[in-house]
Amino acid sequence: MCGIVGLFLKNPALKPELGKHVETMLIGMSERGPDSAGIAVYHSEVPEGQSKLTLFNADPHYHWRGLAGALGEALDVETDIDQKGNHARLVAHCPEAPVLAWLHANHPEIRIMGYGRLMEVYKDMGLPAEVASRYGLAFMEGSHAIGHTRMATESAVTTEHSHPFTPAADMCLVHNGSLSNHNNLRKWLRRHGQEFETDNDSEVAARYFAYRLSEGASLQEAMEAGLADLDGFFTFTMGTKDGFAVLRDAIACKPAVLAENDDWVAMASEFRSLAYLPNIEKAKIWEPAPATVYTWSLH
Amino acid sequence: MIVVDLEKTPLREINQRLQGLPADTNERLWKLINPHGEHACAVGLTQPIEVHIDGHIGYYCAGMNQNAKVVIHGQCGVGVAENMMSGEVVVRGTASSAAGATGQGGLLVIQGDAGTRCGISMKGIDIVVKGSVGAMSGFMAQSGSLVICGDAGANLGDSIYEAKLFVRGKVESLGADCIEKKMMPNHLEKLKRLLERAEIDADASEFRRYGSARKLYNFHVDNLDAY
Repeated sequence: MCGIVGLFLKNPALKPELGKHVETMLIGMSERGPDSAGIAVYHSEVPEGQSKLTLFNADPHYHWRGLAGALGEALDVETDIDQKGNHARLVAHCPEAPVLAWLHANHPEIRIMGYGRLMEVYKDMGLPAEVASRYGLAFMEGSHAIGHTRMATESAVTTEHSHPFTPAADMCLVHNGSLSNHNNLRKWLRRHGQEFETDNDSEVAARYFAYRLSEGASLQEAMEAGLADLDGFFTFTMGTKDGFAVLRDAIACKPAVLAENDDWVAMASEFRSLAYLPNIEKAKIWEPAPATVYTWSLH
Repeated sequence: MIVVDLEKTPLREINQRLQGLPADTNERLWKLINPHGEHACAVGLTQPIEVHIDGHIGYYCAGMNQNAKVVIHGQCGVGVAENMMSGEVVVRGTASSAAGATGQGGLLVIQGDAGTRCGISMKGIDIVVKGSVGAMSGFMAQSGSLVICGDAGANLGDSIYEAKLFVRGKVESLGADCIEKKMMPNHLEKLKRLLERAEIDADASEFRRYGSARKLYNFHVDNLDAY
């Protein structure tokens, strides 16, 4: 079982409050997921030519400064690192590709939670309220954020199997459900150059959408293709640099509620997570229809 | 009217209080404020009291209801009035999936739209939806009436038994063994009465009736190969 939340701000005046609202939404899903939580927040963009990575190592005393220094020396670029719990936010004054390659080659003990110029990703064990406070979610401004809370019913509580999955720059996916054709799809995606980090079915969905987007599909087109190619149960919520999407399978047995007004669009597994959003009393609230693509864009 | 603030009173406490009311109670009119999407609110009521829920509510609201009238002034989550025995439940907003599931009696009125599987396995409840219903509504519906003033999603009445389905709008598709049936005077009368009770102003003559073709009731020898 798990809980999903997503908030996409249409009114830029609300950006300073993003983290505060998403924290409340995430805590609303505590009963659906008390074991671990993950968040992807789109905030504080780094300038063009730079990259931002969220990194993880379970050791709270990991020498992050040393890592950033070595990276800077190896690539001859300026770096900046900021530790948060067992995560660190690394900013490098170069595109992400060489940073990713260097980390893969030299530091297999580091897990890359997400990268891009905008998105930061934090996943950790504990109640959603504890995870949110550990990483200062309430203080994060930004345009949109997606969160996931997990109740481990079939496998261990670990961060690598936690959502959101982040298969490409500034892109994340959370999934409630299970896919039945993920093995075939994984093989197909491998043949098309996608590399996998886990055996998780949700990672397959994430890389599937990343592949479609990389091939030039719009968010709408990628989701529509997913309806044809992904078999199983799913409620997806996906974030891109400037987009937000929600999709349910044709049977729609995994819960979802959408709410929208002039200022924001919000998605959650249950209404409880939407109950405290500003002006929710007057928002349009509905259950997303089966096999129907919902997308929003900042532009 | 007794007003209870769900921000201050635990839901379990108010549910127990409502469930424990004696038959001769004078506490017959209730209002629950700040429900914030709580699950299983006002469930298992047995006395003819009236409960107004002032806001949006979560799953299984007013489930197993007997005799009481529960009015939800907002949107509600999965399984509203599930397994209702008698009484009345009114949803002023939209309802999520499985509204009135397995209901045995009473009346459920949804003034907005209902999600998928509305009236799934209904066993005698009457459901009137002012808006439209989602896919698989009336799935395995056994008895009672499902009145849809708007449109019905795909596979309406799949594997239906003896429930009666009335639809005013478009039906996307009919499920297995569900067919359109002739509207007889007694059906029209029943439909008129239900619309009246639901306080919905709609012309009964604009509805079409659907029900079971009764082809799945018995084993058919032509299907032997399937076993």
